[in-house]
Amino acid sequence: MKKLLAYLKDYKKETVLAPLFKMLEASFELLVPLVVAAMIDVGIADGDSPYVVKMGLIMVALGVVGLVCSITAQYFSAKAAVGFATKLRHSLFAHIQGLSFSEVDDIGTSTLITRMTSDINQVQSGVNLVLRLFLRSPFIVFGAMVMAFTIDVKAALIFVVAIPLLSVVVFGIMLISIPLYRKVQERLDKVLGITRENLSGVRVIRAFHREEEERQHFEAANGELTRMQNFVGRISAFMNPVTYVIVNGALIVLLYTGAIRVDAGILTQGQVVALVNYMSQILVELVKLANLIITVTKAVACGNRVQSIFEIENSQQASLAGGQAEEVQRKAADQAVPVVEFQNVSLTYKNAGDKSLSGISFTANPGETIGIIGGTGSGKTSLVHLIPRFYDATEGRVLVDGKDVKDYPISELRRKVGIVLQKAVLFQGTIRENLLWGKEDATEEELREALAVAQAAEVVAGKEEGLDAPVAQGGKNFSGGQKQRLTIARALVRKPEILILDDSASALDYATDARLRKAIREMKDSPVVFVVSQRTSSIRYADKILVLEDGEVVGMGTHDQLLESCEVYREIYDSQYQSGTDGARKPGGGGKDTVVGTASSSAKTGAEKDTKTGGEADGAKK
Amino acid sequence: MARKNKMQTNTVKKVLLYIKKYWAFLILSLLFAVVTVFATLYVPVLTGNVVDAILGPGNVDFPLIFKLLIQMGVIIGFTALAQWLMNVCNNKITYGVVRDIRNDAFSKIERLPLKYIDGHSHGELVSRVVADVDQFADGLLMGFTQLFTGVLTIVGTLGFMLGINVIITLVVVVITPVSLFVAAFIAKKTYHMFRRQSETRGEQTSLIDEMIGNQKVVQAFGQEEKALGRFDEINGRLAHYSLRATFFSSITNPATRFVNGLVYAGVGIAGGLAAISGMISVGQLSCFLSYANQYTKPFNEISGVVTELQNALACAARVLELIEEEPQIPDAADAAVLSEVSGNVQLKDVYFSYVPDRKLIEHFSLKVEPGQRVAIVGPTGCGKTTIINLLMRFYDVDSGAILVEGRDIRHVTRESLRENYGMVLQETWLKAGTIRENLLMGKPEATEEEMMAAAKAAHAHSFIKRLPKGYDTVIGDDGGSLSAGQKQLLCIARVMLCLPPMLILDEATSSIDTRTEMKIQNAFAAMMKGRTSFIVAHRLSTIQNADVILFMKDGKIMEQGRHEDLLAQGGQYAELYNSQFSA
Repeated sequence: MKKLLAYLKDYKKETVLAPLFKMLEASFELLVPLVVAAMIDVGIADGDSPYVVKMGLIMVALGVVGLVCSITAQYFSAKAAVGFATKLRHSLFAHIQGLSFSEVDDIGTSTLITRMTSDINQVQSGVNLVLRLFLRSPFIVFGAMVMAFTIDVKAALIFVVAIPLLSVVVFGIMLISIPLYRKVQERLDKVLGITRENLSGVRVIRAFHREEEERQHFEAANGELTRMQNFVGRISAFMNPVTYVIVNGALIVLLYTGAIRVDAGILTQGQVVALVNYMSQILVELVKLANLIITVTKAVACGNRVQSIFEIENSQQASLAGGQAEEVQRKAADQAVPVVEFQNVSLTYKNAGDKSLSGISFTANPGETIGIIGGTGSGKTSLVHLIPRFYDATEGRVLVDGKDVKDYPISELRRKVGIVLQKAVLFQGTIRENLLWGKEDATEEELREALAVAQAAEVVAGKEEGLDAPVAQGGKNFSGGQKQRLTIARALVRKPEILILDDSASALDYATDARLRKAIREMKDSPVVFVVSQRTSSIRYADKILVLEDGEVVGMGTHDQLLESCEVYREIYDSQYQSGTDGARKPGGGGKDTVVGTASSSAKTGAEKDTKTGGEADGAKK
Repeated sequence: MARKNKMQTNTVKKVLLYIKKYWAFLILSLLFAVVTVFATLYVPVLTGNVVDAILGPGNVDFPLIFKLLIQMGVIIGFTALAQWLMNVCNNKITYGVVRDIRNDAFSKIERLPLKYIDGHSHGELVSRVVADVDQFADGLLMGFTQLFTGVLTIVGTLGFMLGINVIITLVVVVITPVSLFVAAFIAKKTYHMFRRQSETRGEQTSLIDEMIGNQKVVQAFGQEEKALGRFDEINGRLAHYSLRATFFSSITNPATRFVNGLVYAGVGIAGGLAAISGMISVGQLSCFLSYANQYTKPFNEISGVVTELQNALACAARVLELIEEEPQIPDAADAAVLSEVSGNVQLKDVYFSYVPDRKLIEHFSLKVEPGQRVAIVGPTGCGKTTIINLLMRFYDVDSGAILVEGRDIRHVTRESLRENYGMVLQETWLKAGTIRENLLMGKPEATEEEMMAAAKAAHAHSFIKRLPKGYDTVIGDDGGSLSAGQKQLLCIARVMLCLPPMLILDEATSSIDTRTEMKIQNAFAAMMKGRTSFIVAHRLSTIQNADVILFMKDGKIMEQGRHEDLLAQGGQYAELYNSQFSA
């Protein structure tokens, strides 16, 4: 929480003035009992009516001045708190954007979002309250004590005893209840978890007829929550009665002492009334303070949650600084240098026990297409994510144009790479805006060209507004296949040196997929293409195919070479091209020979078909 | 406005029904509140009396003061006790009501028709059960502790003041409502700003959601600066509205405090003059002054509490709306229990659509013999998954009927119908808990051997063994760290364990790589033997051996028959099939 306060720096003036004006207001408030005392001792004692009225008007005047001070204070504190939160939000957003994926994966998106929104809101209201009241209340409490001293030192000693006692009680209860409130929050999280789980799994729960068990489960968790809430409630319920007893106990002592001192002629009746008034002012402030403490406690907890995000450092940052800003242009003469080279690369994700990739070495030369194939979880995606440095290799080196990726300024490196992720994501805006992500100053022609290559021209043509057709959040108004083709176009707009297609044709039918690959090959300055796929048909014409299993390369070569030499590849291929009826493998490349030549008719059925993987047979019948 | 009021009244009534269960605590709480307020108000009277007994040097009535001070001590003790007990009672009521509402809401979720759950954002439903109820609890608690004692304090103070002096009381009564007017005026002004603020917050949240949620893309395209720019633009607007909303709303307090000051001064002048003319004593004046403080305080609080309560009621209304949502049609009292199912399923002229004006399934008939495999294929959105929704009775048909063993499924219990189906869906769902809990979901009484056998058949055993705690490994929400393929394997194992007479496989192997899939197919084949099964698949490999293939498009069956027959027909199925092989 403390470090966050640095964001108040630009609001020094407001941060100082707000409590100052608040104290000014409080001081005027503290004068009131003195005025009342004067009213009693002078006005009433002497039967001087004009004096009473005069004192009354002074009270009104004090009120007006207090109001002005207080409104000024409110304005400054609102300004400081809002400004603080605005800056904090800005920095946190920037910070999160700068984190690398391993960190974001680690924390989880949803909690990042709550921290950016509701947590910061809580902190904002906390800061606002602190500026306004946390100084005011202690100030009144101590001010009242000081004023009591000016009236009578001996009577004021009662305050000296009562106030520390009160602070011990208030802070003691606070210290006990804060960890308990955290426990309440944990219980609440559980209730939330069960509710969410039951909504997302409604079909399975009903299919297995688990409604009753789930209800009992929920009621148990809910009961736990209620028990904890009541427990904490019982403890914090002590706050008011105990403070009440202390203040009024002090009042009794005060009255008794006052009686003795008046009897001895040291104090006047009016002064006793003033002392009593100060004591009740303290009570009022303490009740306020106690109620506020809860809010502030929450704000501090939220502040700590926000700060913990700031404390997460980008693990890549240290090396990012090492990059030089110079433009590394690839020259035609550099044909000998591979565009991408992996040198004995291993990757272990944070908090993961096992290596996700180990000992990977290969080169990709200009113009080549590299196919990457392997089973679920074999490390295909991890491998390509190392190229634009989404993650850092834990061992070995990844070179782009002969230079370690860690030596590039990160923006420079990523400008060379066009990547299409598994999950096709479009952003709110228009199609054009989405495409311009690839290259901000792309011309209309460049956009059209990219769309054509990505087989997405018809998507745009199908929209009345063309390139300016709106895209809803998450691209909801496009089908899976349309989104995929637009994301491919987005990557192509920047004319990347390296194009990575991470299973990004999964929602395309075979014919469209084939035309896409052909169009990319025919592009001017055709990039090095990495195709990650589960289907052999997508990669069989690659110049080099890497077969991955459990993070290791178990085969490398062309389709024909691998069919000969790599058992894993052969198995994958067979599983997709085995004939169904007799269980025998058709000679010379499976089913393809028998059914070729229908691409044109299938193209009509549209690219949106969710046809996923090969026309394999039902292996069950073997 | 009238309608809104009526809705609020309705909500209040319903909330009261929930509170009714805790009437004993409520009465106790009210009792303690009366004691607290009375005692709190009586202390200043005693203080006043003490002050009156301290007149000046040598003129102090010590015996009387002793008596009064002891009285004060006793009353203070009782007040504190009553205050504590009142708080405890209020907590009991509030948290009890909240628990009851949550339980009701949750058990309603378990009984809602799928249509409702599919049609609402889950995040929103969760926030109703969690955040709204929480907000409601805050409001309710505040209402109990502050509104009630506040009103009592006002009434009590008025009574005490009237008992001392009528004229000064009138001064107080005349000035106080001003604070209410001021508060109401400011509240009206700020409402607009608050709405703007929350609108802008919503806009910002959705931007954050979009940008942070898809950070990989943002970073890959180096769009961080631009995203930050958009963020700052919204952030700036938010700051603008937020400052105004915060400032205007925070004026309320000083303004009402100023009015308090006026009351105090008024009492001072009137009381002082009255004291001079001997109408009241100085002690009574001091008592009056502390009343003036106490009397106006609840007014400030009440204006705050009223907004809070309104907010709480709005939240309560949202939860209650969920609780009162029409549940699925319960099983008829005479619903039969489906037993000894051999797998005879018949769809008779079924019509169904999710939205009345968008027709989906029309005139759909199909007869499935025991042990047959029915494969459903067709382009996205053709109604494949809808058929499953109907078979499992997640949705009811609009017209026509679905019969199992010759019985309309609407006339058998849901439990017995669903028990006879084993279902593996594309959207793998696992509950937070251990692997074992997840596997045993359908058959809690299964032995360890049975469970492992099922896991082995689904090719899940080997990866489960490798997990840190094997079958007792706790997996987080929605499968947590498991890969999509591993999750699917667990879902398959779950069904393999119960082995019901009918199977539904909706894209059951979509996330599993083809090699593993091939191995599982053997297990599937064994499982499907003698069982009626419905298979939805994109990968045509899975379905070539089906007894019937339904090619669906736009909710209708376009073609129907065996794989070879359909290929021979050369229709749309053949076209789809062949398109897979063109490279």
